[in-house]
Amino acid sequence: MTKTRSLRWSLPTLLLAATVDATDMPLNMTRGVTEISQQVYDLHMTIFWICCAIGAVVFGIMFWSIVRHRKARGVQPAQFHESTKVEILWTAIPVLILILMAIPATKTLIAMEDTTEADVTVLVTGSQWKWHYKYLENDVEFYSLLATPKEQITNRFAKGENYLLEVDRPLVIPTGKKVRFLMTSDDVIHSWWVPAFAVKKDANPGFINEAWTRVDEPGIYRGQCAELCGKDHGFMPIVVIAKSPADYEQWVNGEAERIAKAKAEEQELLAMNMSMEELMSVGARTYTAYCAACHQPSGEGLPGIFPALKGSAMALNDMPGHINIVLNGKAGTSMQAYARQLSLKEIAAVITYERNAWGNNTGELVQAADVHAVMQGKGE
Amino acid sequence: MSAVVTDHEHEHHDHKPSGIKRWLYTTNHKDIGTMYLVFALIMFFIGGAMAMVIRAELFQPGMQFVEPNFFNQMTTVHGLIMVFGAVMPAFTGLANWMIPMMIGAPDMALPRMNNWSFWILPFAFLILLMSLFMPGGGPSFGWTFYAPLSTTYSGDSTALFVFSVHIMGISSIMGAINVIVTIFNLRAPGMTWMKMPLFVWTWLITAFLLIMVMPVLAGVVTMVLTDKYFGTSFFDAAGGGDPVLFQHIFWFFGHPEVYIMILPAFGIVSSIVPTFARKPLFGYASMVYATSSIALLSFLVWAHHMFTTGMPVAGALFFMYCTMLIAVPTGVKVFNWVATMWRGAMTFEVPMMFALAFIVLFTIGGFSGLMLAITPADFQYHDTYFVVAHFHYVLVTGAVFSIIAAAYYWLPKWTGHMYDEKLGQWHFWCSLISVNMLFFPMHFVGLAGMPRRIPDYALQFADFNAFISIGGFLFGASQLIFVAVLVKCARGGEKATAQVWEGAEGLEWEVPSPAPYHTFETPPVIK
Repeated sequence: MTKTRSLRWSLPTLLLAATVDATDMPLNMTRGVTEISQQVYDLHMTIFWICCAIGAVVFGIMFWSIVRHRKARGVQPAQFHESTKVEILWTAIPVLILILMAIPATKTLIAMEDTTEADVTVLVTGSQWKWHYKYLENDVEFYSLLATPKEQITNRFAKGENYLLEVDRPLVIPTGKKVRFLMTSDDVIHSWWVPAFAVKKDANPGFINEAWTRVDEPGIYRGQCAELCGKDHGFMPIVVIAKSPADYEQWVNGEAERIAKAKAEEQELLAMNMSMEELMSVGARTYTAYCAACHQPSGEGLPGIFPALKGSAMALNDMPGHINIVLNGKAGTSMQAYARQLSLKEIAAVITYERNAWGNNTGELVQAADVHAVMQGKGE
Repeated sequence: MSAVVTDHEHEHHDHKPSGIKRWLYTTNHKDIGTMYLVFALIMFFIGGAMAMVIRAELFQPGMQFVEPNFFNQMTTVHGLIMVFGAVMPAFTGLANWMIPMMIGAPDMALPRMNNWSFWILPFAFLILLMSLFMPGGGPSFGWTFYAPLSTTYSGDSTALFVFSVHIMGISSIMGAINVIVTIFNLRAPGMTWMKMPLFVWTWLITAFLLIMVMPVLAGVVTMVLTDKYFGTSFFDAAGGGDPVLFQHIFWFFGHPEVYIMILPAFGIVSSIVPTFARKPLFGYASMVYATSSIALLSFLVWAHHMFTTGMPVAGALFFMYCTMLIAVPTGVKVFNWVATMWRGAMTFEVPMMFALAFIVLFTIGGFSGLMLAITPADFQYHDTYFVVAHFHYVLVTGAVFSIIAAAYYWLPKWTGHMYDEKLGQWHFWCSLISVNMLFFPMHFVGLAGMPRRIPDYALQFADFNAFISIGGFLFGASQLIFVAVLVKCARGGEKATAQVWEGAEGLEWEVPSPAPYHTFETPPVIK
């Protein structure tokens, strides 16, 4: 029965996918929107045409020979097998071409690596499988997660225009300003890539890399993680919005305000108790966004890699341990620390959810104050 | 060069056990060569089946057939099997069969070690393949197993992966030692260095690369093992290590490894083109020097795989210049092959067709390699399908096409029968068309911005990926024709002469076809 149903699902979705697929793909590297990306495009085209020219000559001679010098035409093979003159020539000419090519490449590379005199600095931190942006000059930081619904990925809903290239909170940068990126990672190596800026830099755990861009055109620019970083490597996109400096100022101040307000709310929350219903609904939402990628929507995990929460000793019996691992992660595994990523309310809700979903019916409620207590080292 | 063959009367003294024991106990270079080649063919199909899974999942956007975690296992094990299980053993098989016959030696210099170096291989791959059935599955960190994805964040199959790579490495090192010792000591009198066929030369240089870099691979997998299980921190910044150190060590092995998979191919093509052009190879000496320079340069370019890891400008420039320089000796080789064809009298049997396809398509892979060398442009190409297109052009239409060409070229010598020329031509044309449908559009997909190693992609890439997948399925199916040709040829067919090909020259063409179980028990005389 389930089989026929899944078949019925897949046929129309396949057809639907075919109609959406009409989006045109560019056939060449993007020129991008920065001076550097334009230079990179020019280098790409120069070396491409050089290759085409060499290819035309070499393959031309080869095909001419294939057509003319075939036994079927009754030719007698020549017996020559060396010519120092020709050999020196076809060693020297490529060397000259390469030297000519190396000069502009060197210039562009040096310009790309010059991260001095930046107007804005953003710390970019990769983690499995999301990006975190922190504006070093302002009190603004946030996580940026894939916004494409799971149902689109599993072909249950039609795919949207920016399928897999959309996030909940994009990075915002000012136009006309030199923006410096500092890249690092919380776990494995990721790589931050926005083709329109010609910026691709690895985010290495424990080290900081630098890159920069200056975007003149306001707009929305999309990219993806470019270094295999585990299971959901294909699902951690990057979206950057370039805004005029005035709009940017307004946005960054608004963000600072929003974050300050959330912190104040957090304090108020400590004195409040939420109902089971509210905790479960916030918890389910948080679980889907942050936990389900590894522990699976069913709570069963992936045997051998990600442990099950359903029926686990910790989720059934050890509440302080449970709060602790969600807050601080587990060293030496993929389990991240969520103290910085989620609000107290969300952490309380997700733990409540994990202790009451999938037949883990402990009936226990975890409140923001409980989480706060463990955070302060005053666990039960 | 010519030889006097005196071992006809010994043919009935073969002393080989019958049945499975013949293959288990054999120290005969021809038997071992056959086993390597059959093993490589089986691995080619297993690795190919994994590629079919990858292409099926990528046929449409969205997740259809497999989970992302299994998809990563497929890309990882596909790479490992094709590199260590298909291409490298196939070349070792060819070396075993042909090197003694080309230099007038009775066998490989270390026959018992030869037996061992083959027979540990099936176990290495059994371990690797079995790890796919563990809870959590097999290795899923890419064939390049970058730390810390392969250490802190990997599953428990990592231990099996490390063990299996160790065995493969031991096998390769033993094979390489055998080739070196054989070529140094068992050349027939008069077979001077500069008279050796280019296949022997390229394999000699390859063998030196192997014994230099396989220990580096062994070292790096051991460091992965101790980082994961024994608390060391080679690649963990928290303990004073550096994850980028992993990539330096890996690519110090990895880049010469790339040439290990292409230098013997150069040797094969340098044997085939003169035969079917009926004209001596142009620039023999410069071929030898070019191969040597490529081998030396291969130790100086490893970090071009790592331009985005963040290295000092001076470092990036050094590796960019060295990488560009490799184009020069590689170009010399291509020019030499074209000059060999020039004013020859060519015929176009299947080995020649694959060799010609090799020259054109490998050169296309070389061009994209040159483009990748330009560091600023590499930032855009790196880890996209452009790179996937590049290395499949050099490895599939390069290394694999050369192996197929070699198989057609020497099959009559091995079996004593001509293969079915018509079926072979079908195999060639089906492979040529489908392989380009498969890999050429990947250049465009990569330039448009599709990262590699992703199980799902943005909608703009959908049409191209569907087309690529169809090419992939067709290429996979085309290889079944190859199996048909091989089986048919092994069973019978038109009797082959000793020389087989009109233009063929060299010692291997002076012994009867099929080559007797023992050849050159007394050394041939080389004029």
